[in-house]
Amino acid sequence: MPDGHSVATGRTEAAPDDASGALRQGGGDLDDRVAALWRVEFPRLVARLARLVGDLDTAEELAQDTFVAALDRWSCEGVPNRPEAWLATTARFLAVDRLRRRDTRRGKYQLVAASQPETVEHDLDRIVHGDLAEDLLGLIFMACHPLLSADARSALTLRLLCGLGTDDIARAFLTPPVTIAQRIVRAKRTLAAAKVRFEIPAPSEQPARLDAVREVIYLIFNEGHTATSGDRWTRAELCAEALRLGRMLAALTPRDPETLGLLALMELHASRLPARTGPDGEPVLLRDQDRTRWDRLLIRRGLATLDRIEELGGTVGAYALQAAIAGCHARAVRAEDTEWERITALYDGLAQINPSPVVELNRAVATAEAFGPQAGLELVLPLLEDPSLARYHLVGAVAGDLLCRTGAHDRAREQFLRAAGLTRNNAERGIMQERAAGCATDHASGVVQR
Amino acid sequence: MRYMVMHYQTQDMEDGVPPSPELQAAIGAYMQEASMSGVLLAGEGVASSKQGARVEVESGAVRVIDGPFAEAKELIAGFAILDVDSLAEAVEHARRFALLVGAERVDVRRVIEVEDLQPRTPASGTAAGSPASSSAG
Repeated sequence: MPDGHSVATGRTEAAPDDASGALRQGGGDLDDRVAALWRVEFPRLVARLARLVGDLDTAEELAQDTFVAALDRWSCEGVPNRPEAWLATTARFLAVDRLRRRDTRRGKYQLVAASQPETVEHDLDRIVHGDLAEDLLGLIFMACHPLLSADARSALTLRLLCGLGTDDIARAFLTPPVTIAQRIVRAKRTLAAAKVRFEIPAPSEQPARLDAVREVIYLIFNEGHTATSGDRWTRAELCAEALRLGRMLAALTPRDPETLGLLALMELHASRLPARTGPDGEPVLLRDQDRTRWDRLLIRRGLATLDRIEELGGTVGAYALQAAIAGCHARAVRAEDTEWERITALYDGLAQINPSPVVELNRAVATAEAFGPQAGLELVLPLLEDPSLARYHLVGAVAGDLLCRTGAHDRAREQFLRAAGLTRNNAERGIMQERAAGCATDHASGVVQR
Repeated sequence: MRYMVMHYQTQDMEDGVPPSPELQAAIGAYMQEASMSGVLLAGEGVASSKQGARVEVESGAVRVIDGPFAEAKELIAGFAILDVDSLAEAVEHARRFALLVGAERVDVRRVIEVEDLQPRTPASGTAAGSPASSSAG
């Protein structure tokens, strides 16, 4: 990560003693420690509290109160040995207090149970010692609830499951903080109005609900991965958050092949991040990337997850197929070692379960690599007529390249120019214009390029 | 950013005393918990140094010494690689791990990433390649 201050400063070695001669309490000052605890504990506290009190708004408020109390206490007394236990106890105390006051106000005794659907566990003690996995899963399902818009789900998920502040989320999405804050408030209000309480969906609903969760995570990842504008650091941050969420979800649903597929896909794509841009931030195409810059640990993890999916058996979904394609690239030490025939077969599968013009275009590229430009062209030419791709410059770029390789230079030139006219990226436009000019020269000199 | 969290041998570990069922359960619980935080990338533990060796090089001369090695507490017992966003967060996980498994000492060190290592364009002569100039990436 490019944040200059932490790069190899040697801050990691604890000084044996400082000027006072006393043992230094390392690990940063109180604010750093509390921020780190927030990162780890906030989602757990919110989840547990949501389970206790039912609604997200109260849960979030109580979790914040818990941390305020902690800062207050710890700034005088120091941080206890097990701060997470202190936080959990305090949060529970605040929640019970809140519920009691609610009871009194409404003049009821058995209130907690009254207005809540069956999925909520009413026995306080059981909840308090309940399963962390179930807490977190319930929280994810709430944050990614189908009632909410895609934007709201992302914001709420980053806030509750990653513990990000409104400002962080706003920076990452290049959106004003006020907008994000409103989005979150509105999302919580929507859930409250629909009486959505902390819940683990019934088994029959889970596949669809998990699809929604994966969609949110992948959207966050892509927001960072395909960033075309904005400050690079915050974009990489989004990929990191999505990976964290994907790993979390995989730990919570370790036998779900599509969750594992999503995780493998993200790990494998992230493995190439260090090679995706050149020294001046320009994009570097997959085949031109310096593969020694690929992250070996992420590749290993991605491939291991693919193996795991295979072990689980069953039908393979769209994420797993895309991950398998990314896995083929990851295994190729050099671009020319790529197993294009296998990739083509995987795209054929993907086109069947998840047909889209973009998948079709990728299938054409793979087919051309595996079976020659003519075979690829047969798939690309229909796409030139597809209105949904009319503004998509890559169709022209691919068609131009394949036409050029079959010797149809005039038609190739036309396609390169079309692509040049559609792309908003200056570097790409330059490349397309160059290739168009190249076609003209080749044609004039009668050179047939292969 | 990634941190490598390394814990050191206790005398028991070095003596090959197998971890009690309670300890094994505690380690399992910790791994489970760290996975659920979405931060654990990899981790391994190593056996007593009786089953290991050490390679020493002095002025180019190689010497291989078989274990065990005397100073148990100076020996690494295992590592985990965590993907977190601050040293403090890595320390937070290291603290839990230490308390849970009864490690007496755990080091937390940042993993060097490709971005930290300079030259992208190899062998571009001795020109202006100050290591600091590249970290913008």
